[in-house]
Amino acid sequence: MEELLTDYTLRTVALGAGLLGVVSGALGTFAVLRRQSLLGDAISHAALPGIGLAFLLTGSKLPLVLMIGAALAGWCATALVMAITGTTRVKYDSALGLVLSVFFGAGLVILTVIQKLPDANQAGLDAFLFGQAAALVERDVVTMAALGGVSLLMVALFWKEFKLLAFNEDFGRSLGLPMRQLDLLLTTLLVIAIVIGLQTVGVVLMSAMIIAPAAAARQWTDRLGYMVLIAMGAGALSGVAGALVSTSAARLPTGPTIVLCISGVVVVSMLFAPNRGLALRALRHRTSNTRLQREATLLDLYQLARQHAAQDHPHAEATLVAMQPGAGSLRRQLRALAELGLIRPVGKHEWALTPEGIAESRRLYSERNQP
Amino acid sequence: MTLFQLEIQLVAAIVAGACALPGTFLVLRSMAMMSDAISHAILPGLVVAFFLTGSLNSPLLLAGGAAVGVCTVALVELVRRTRLVREDAAIGLVFPALFSAGVILIARYAGDVHLDTDAVLLGELALAPFDRWIVGGYDLGPQALYTMSTVALASVLFVTLFYKELQLATFDAALAATLGLMPVVLHYALMALVSVTAVAAFDAVGSILVVALMVGPPAAAHLLTDRLDRMVFLGVGIGVGCAVSGYWLAHALDASIAGSMATTVGVAFLYVFLFAPARGVVAVQRRRRRQRWTFACKMLTIHLMQHENLPDAALECHIDHLQDHLRWEVDFAGNVVRQATQAGLIGQVGSQLVLTTAGRRLANEAIVRD
Repeated sequence: MEELLTDYTLRTVALGAGLLGVVSGALGTFAVLRRQSLLGDAISHAALPGIGLAFLLTGSKLPLVLMIGAALAGWCATALVMAITGTTRVKYDSALGLVLSVFFGAGLVILTVIQKLPDANQAGLDAFLFGQAAALVERDVVTMAALGGVSLLMVALFWKEFKLLAFNEDFGRSLGLPMRQLDLLLTTLLVIAIVIGLQTVGVVLMSAMIIAPAAAARQWTDRLGYMVLIAMGAGALSGVAGALVSTSAARLPTGPTIVLCISGVVVVSMLFAPNRGLALRALRHRTSNTRLQREATLLDLYQLARQHAAQDHPHAEATLVAMQPGAGSLRRQLRALAELGLIRPVGKHEWALTPEGIAESRRLYSERNQP
Repeated sequence: MTLFQLEIQLVAAIVAGACALPGTFLVLRSMAMMSDAISHAILPGLVVAFFLTGSLNSPLLLAGGAAVGVCTVALVELVRRTRLVREDAAIGLVFPALFSAGVILIARYAGDVHLDTDAVLLGELALAPFDRWIVGGYDLGPQALYTMSTVALASVLFVTLFYKELQLATFDAALAATLGLMPVVLHYALMALVSVTAVAAFDAVGSILVVALMVGPPAAAHLLTDRLDRMVFLGVGIGVGCAVSGYWLAHALDASIAGSMATTVGVAFLYVFLFAPARGVVAVQRRRRRQRWTFACKMLTIHLMQHENLPDAALECHIDHLQDHLRWEVDFAGNVVRQATQAGLIGQVGSQLVLTTAGRRLANEAIVRD
């Protein structure tokens, strides 16, 4: 921990990865809510030719120059996807797959051409494939912070409008808001969020950083504000964790490490989040199932008891089994009911309602037989 | 053209054909992004199979990759069915995680062998002819040729044998299920085929190009025809064409072959997208424009017929009145009058417009009510 504060490289890496997590978490939330999860995949792959072309045209490896190239290419890819789906019958997924792979292929062509250039100082461009956190320097982080800060500021400024865009676009339009322009702005911000992370995570896996923090955050809350905050936190946490782990060990590419971290967060969220978590859902399901079965048994006993003048008349266990064929856990239910003081054993295999049991049965009975 | 060049093109062409066959059904079933997911997710399967066999040419690799591919599909389905995330997010969650695991496995434990991450992602087709199949001293050609041919043959067999079933399951899954054709089984069989193809092709062309070849040519073919059988053939044809021309592009630029092939796929799609006879952007625009004029001419004939032989005809059928009554711009009105005259729908008496017989018939047909 102390190293994190003193070691220059570690501090830079942690800052960069954390930043990218924060920004991609915030913008990813909107992408996921708007069913544009895979658009992030297309944009990040499409950034590759932009990076290559920017380098080829300017000869500069300044992060800002490369990021602008990447952003322009990513933006073109988005526009192309929209154009293809808007004007032909090619479906959204086909358009995404096509644009993604074609841009990436063109990027490869450009990169290989750059490699063959005489004395081209191309080292560092390869890092854009899988990311290389260790190669982050201060000027990268400053650029990332500036771009990311502007994006987050825009999200804060247009919060209400983006919320409408995510949940009820038509209503926004009926209010006279320029939804098309807002859509364009939000997509541009998404492109920026992706571009920021390319150097750390790489083009191939950056889409996970858009989807996963938002998918994890979605499990913990139903409110957009909290979801964005949780996604930012989850993104930052796994970004920092993954980057630090990969920098500390040899031969551990950064992008995949960060993605495995955030995937872990998603799995935990899907299993253990309150309300939506699968594990808790299963537990709740079981608890209510047990309660329902127990009540059914109690009511069975009550049905039998009503046949008699004295309602605490005992009845044989075998009769109850006959009334609930297939309920294998009858013994356990009877014992649980006895523990609750609703029934009492009579002799070896007979059970009778207690006064509390009769009252409870009546209550349940009238509850279930309401018109 | 040397033998090596010929062999590379042959491998590329077979890869393209083998990808286009299952790709057609992916595109039609709106599952194109599954090819992206599968081609990435098979990586850990490949790596584990590689560790087990120590070879990159073992059939076990195909089996391992295919198994992981089908598992990916099942996993996506599982995640989706929890209803905690939507389907697109489910795809986007599963494959990066699996791919990451594969990349890390390679980086940590296989860094020195042939299996490296760049090769997986980008492929190296130029190396295909160096890996030869030699039986009893006879050189039978590159191994990739045989692997790919086998997979392509499997694709052809699958599509021909289950053509009817595939067709029905693709266009009317409910009916297919009702008729007992088991669309789910077919779905997983198709996914297995996609996985096997992706595994076999990754060594030659890399995982991203697999996506380009599976999605691009069928998507282009989809804009050229409405018939499934033609779409299959066109997809294969376009794929093969792109593969060969992509090779020569790479040759000219001295660049990545896989990348060039993906680029030519993009160019081919763009061309079809713009110039397809019925569904291209240009054709659609032209049709819209023509319909606009046709409609305007029809409006004009109706307007003239409404006022024909009535006292106000002198006013209403005057050429200068059109912009008032039909709210047309002067230029537009003049253009419509000229076109309608040329088409023999109207004539002019002085500055009055009169209907010809053909024009009257057109107007009558247009306003017929039942």
